[in-house]
Amino acid sequence: MALGKDLLGLEHLTAEDLLLILDTAEPFKEVSERAIKKVPALRGKTIVNLFFEASTRTRISFEFAEKRLSADTVNVASSASSVQKGENLVDTARNLEAMKIDMVVIRHGSSGAARFLGERIASNVINAGDGKHEHPTQGLLDLLTIRDRRPIAGTKACIVGDVLHSRVARSNIWGLLKLGAEVAVCGPKSLLPLGIEGLGVRVFHRIEEAIAWADVLNVLRLQMERMQSGYIPSQREYYRVFGVTLERLERAPRDLLILHPGPMNRGVEIDSRVADGPHSVILDQVTNGVAVRMAVLYLLAGGRPELAEAAKGGGGGDH
Amino acid sequence: MPPAPRTLVLDAGAFGRTLEKMAQSILHQTQDPRTLVLVGIQRRGVELAARLAAVITTAGTGAEVPRGALDITLYRDDLETVGPKPLVGPTHLPGELEGRHVWIVDDVLFTGRTVRAALDELADFGRPARIGLAVLVDRGGRELPIQADVVGAAVQTAPADRVEVFVAELDGKDAVELVRGAGVSGGGKA
Repeated sequence: MALGKDLLGLEHLTAEDLLLILDTAEPFKEVSERAIKKVPALRGKTIVNLFFEASTRTRISFEFAEKRLSADTVNVASSASSVQKGENLVDTARNLEAMKIDMVVIRHGSSGAARFLGERIASNVINAGDGKHEHPTQGLLDLLTIRDRRPIAGTKACIVGDVLHSRVARSNIWGLLKLGAEVAVCGPKSLLPLGIEGLGVRVFHRIEEAIAWADVLNVLRLQMERMQSGYIPSQREYYRVFGVTLERLERAPRDLLILHPGPMNRGVEIDSRVADGPHSVILDQVTNGVAVRMAVLYLLAGGRPELAEAAKGGGGGDH
Repeated sequence: MPPAPRTLVLDAGAFGRTLEKMAQSILHQTQDPRTLVLVGIQRRGVELAARLAAVITTAGTGAEVPRGALDITLYRDDLETVGPKPLVGPTHLPGELEGRHVWIVDDVLFTGRTVRAALDELADFGRPARIGLAVLVDRGGRELPIQADVVGAAVQTAPADRVEVFVAELDGKDAVELVRGAGVSGGGKA
């Protein structure tokens, strides 16, 4: 297994790593369907969810994943912790580690925070979103959700919206490209990174063109603070030009799969009739999020490289 | 290094006869055949459970025997020592286990740790009236106080020996072979 100590992003994983995580997530879907939604795989492991940014969905999803694997979990929100008193990231983590923890799930506003932490503590570190850098488990759950409906290789996937500020977009682009999808982005020029074509990504400036081309749309959330900073004129203007509406989708040559990482701004980036429509897999993404996070936790918990070989050879006919 | 010596424990004919004998023994030890459920342990236990179910259906009751599959990977107690098994197989059980006579079916009984894990996993799905254990091969070497109710073949082995079970559905042939001194974790069939 090539997975190391930490999961920091999808950029440095191989296609084989990605498939291992997705394949491992499959049986975990079934665990969440059981009457007793719990397996003892991580019994006795202690996991800290260290969230320096507000998050509901991601934190709850990680917490369910941890609990369904029988790990013990502690949630630390920066607003109610010693971070408020000026303690720096490493001191916070070292203090947690001194209490003998096994893993840290970190959400932080600065790009690279997860790597910074992973290099300084012995516990496994999982990036739950770091600034504009990556949100690997979101990328993985998007891949899993697409793969549930169609083979990823050859799929035309377009990421719509504020790609410039989006860690979700970045993780999606890396993951989709590695698994053989064709990737495009679509949005106002002010919200697309310069030179993104260099990654092998197609660029559309009109949503109609993107819809005519794509099999899958991943519609990003438009953050309100982008208006204040002058990236776009107004929400209404954005919806009129880039909104993923039913009328626009009805003109598409084929049915498009609609993803959204949430939380949605209905009537800003996405039409309610699309979000709740038959081709929306937005709630499947949420369900798959728990399974994919269970897979990541499980693989990292046991994934000590020197033992990977032994794991491959184990089993046989002998139990 | 010369290849490890390999001896045939059961050929295809003996394999089939052993399964028939096991099926009889399971029926004989099940008070009410209508409560019978066969649960195979992934992987080869699942195929063996299917074979046993087919024999039981034709031999006696005529009714389809409910079957399930159990992947005990997430219930193992050795994640830290052997690392995660890369792929976890599916677990599915046929409906309620309440009041059922469940038979766990596996290919080889060795340390007993797999069966311990299977018992833990079954308990999370319900409370069967009774649980039995049927194995194709008992090779000794128990590390836990667990024994099988139905044994197809008992084989004397040393810890470094390996028992390999082949089933036609997965391996193209029915056979049980004993490889002397091969090493338990020496890359056997998973």
